[in-house]
Amino acid sequence: MTGKDMTFAKITNDILLPVENKPNKAWWIGFTVSSLGSLLWVVSISYTFWFGLGAWGLNKTVGWAWDITGFVWWVGIGHAGTLISAVLLIFRQNWRNSINRSAEAMTIFAVICAATYIVAHMGRPWLAYYTLPLPNQYGSLWVNWNSALMMDVFAISTYFSVSLLFWYTGLLPDIASIRDRATGLRKRIYSILSFGWTGSLKTWQRFETVSLILAGISTPLVLSVHTIVSFDFATSLEPGWHTTIFPPYFVAGAIFSGFAMVQTLLLVTRKVLGLENYITMFHIESMNKIILLTGSIVGVAYITEFFIAWYSGVEYEQYAFINRATGPYWWAYWSMMSCNVISPQLFWSKYLRTNIKFSWFLSIIVNIGMWFERFVIIVTSLHRDYIPSSWAMFYPTWVDVSVFIGSIGLFFTMFLLFVRVLPSVAIAEVKLLLKTSSEQAKKKLIEEGHLEPAEVQYYKESLTKFDSVDSADYEKV
Amino acid sequence: MSKTKMILGLFDDPDDMMQGIDNLQKNSIPIYDIYTPMPIHGIEDKMGIKDSRLGYVAFCFGCLGATVIFSMIYYMLVQDWPMNIGGKPSFAIPNFVPFTFEWTILFTAFGMTFTFFAATNLFPGRAPRVMDLRATDDRFIIAIDAKGNVPHEDITNLLKQAGAVEVKHNERKYVSYE
Repeated sequence: MTGKDMTFAKITNDILLPVENKPNKAWWIGFTVSSLGSLLWVVSISYTFWFGLGAWGLNKTVGWAWDITGFVWWVGIGHAGTLISAVLLIFRQNWRNSINRSAEAMTIFAVICAATYIVAHMGRPWLAYYTLPLPNQYGSLWVNWNSALMMDVFAISTYFSVSLLFWYTGLLPDIASIRDRATGLRKRIYSILSFGWTGSLKTWQRFETVSLILAGISTPLVLSVHTIVSFDFATSLEPGWHTTIFPPYFVAGAIFSGFAMVQTLLLVTRKVLGLENYITMFHIESMNKIILLTGSIVGVAYITEFFIAWYSGVEYEQYAFINRATGPYWWAYWSMMSCNVISPQLFWSKYLRTNIKFSWFLSIIVNIGMWFERFVIIVTSLHRDYIPSSWAMFYPTWVDVSVFIGSIGLFFTMFLLFVRVLPSVAIAEVKLLLKTSSEQAKKKLIEEGHLEPAEVQYYKESLTKFDSVDSADYEKV
Repeated sequence: MSKTKMILGLFDDPDDMMQGIDNLQKNSIPIYDIYTPMPIHGIEDKMGIKDSRLGYVAFCFGCLGATVIFSMIYYMLVQDWPMNIGGKPSFAIPNFVPFTFEWTILFTAFGMTFTFFAATNLFPGRAPRVMDLRATDDRFIIAIDAKGNVPHEDITNLLKQAGAVEVKHNERKYVSYE
């Protein structure tokens, strides 16, 4: 946290600024565009439900395409939120305090988008309850517990509901902050939403216990979710899918794409909402380092897959990989390779890592690359498998494209509404940083001469990259 | 008899508030409660509050979740309608693992959090019992029951000495509702 003359009151005021005031022009433009996107989603999803899955470009060979690609893409994006809020809490990484709230919100909205694909690809969504183990009239014929798709139902529903619970419990103290400053109808609404939070001693003590345990159980949960998503593919016999490397490879890819999406959202949010003092260059750089690390893991996974295909001696497997790189979908494969493996390597450069515009641009590139990764895995594996007579190509229809673009619109609509009605930074948790990890507290320590000169010098040098800090303040100290 | 119900010491710094607690404790004045905008670490020891038992609750709910889902799958897959899939055993425990894991987490999370809500009286629509509206903003508040703790001036002085920015003598316990 940076900034001069920070007080507890200023933190509350800064963060609640967008919640307590009328939206600015940038918000309205964003909201209009994303609402139009959501509208497109409503139209294309309704079209799908009305006319059935024939509206999509699927055929007998490629029976799974953009829908499952979109699903895996969104679930992966969701993972960063839980990772930031849970894993970094366990490791006591205080810097997470100012980004966890919006990252968790992103998780929830991304999982909602993912869930829409599951329901949509059922074709008859009113029969969605067939996926639940309910007693029925077929004698009871139970759901197939041996299926990875069934595991997916449990994993995604648990993940969504636990994330929602974690997010909302964390929101309670901050909703109470809004409540105690509001009047009239707003006060009544936030009063109901706050569950009567007062911030008493015992409440906070239990709250912290609950947060820590929720973080502790969310960590294995988030790893299990993408592991199970990868089982959808890995437990099949399809060449290109049937590999044991999938679970860790999918989890790394999920973290990679999730952090890229957090970056895409937060770089804009901090500017539009004026949160430069809370979401600082330290956060941006740390997230870029995580993108670099996970991008490299994903790169190693791609190469390992290729190697194992050759080393296994299975000709179908070998063909699947040669076909990916040189077949009719070569462009998708090489888009994936250049976006996910090559471009994140640019983050080895400190200059690029701390350049906001470049980081934003690269986060978009990573998101595109990760979409292509799922497309490559799904469509190029399916379109040519064992029998050459059934080989086919996949061509998306306008409905496929609209459902995808529409889901992005839906995501941004939900996110923009969120930043207006709820605090986008966890107020109470940021207040914890004021006297410990803030620039102001550190400066005071330096001025009082508590730190070693070498340490101070290093600190001053590392401050030059921050756009929210004026280095001139440090010349005299 | 004074009409004061609650004496509130308002601090703008958590460290001063800790000093205030010390001052009161030295003079054996019982503290009613403390309201802060953020969790204060180390305050539990000072106030002699026992560790939360929610961890045990979480563990019990986790065990419950695991048992429920394992029995469900066992009944459906092994007992009620065993399927012959390539001659493989129907009691295939590895396939049970993901479900058991997910529901262990699901039950732990919801069981523990709802226990927390119940124990702390948090639920939608509960009237917030706020003694001072700035307790969720930038004030760290020590509340002392005025009844029986006399003289009030001494308490005021103790709080002021610790650095309280304001001491309120409220005639109503809660300011948030009528």
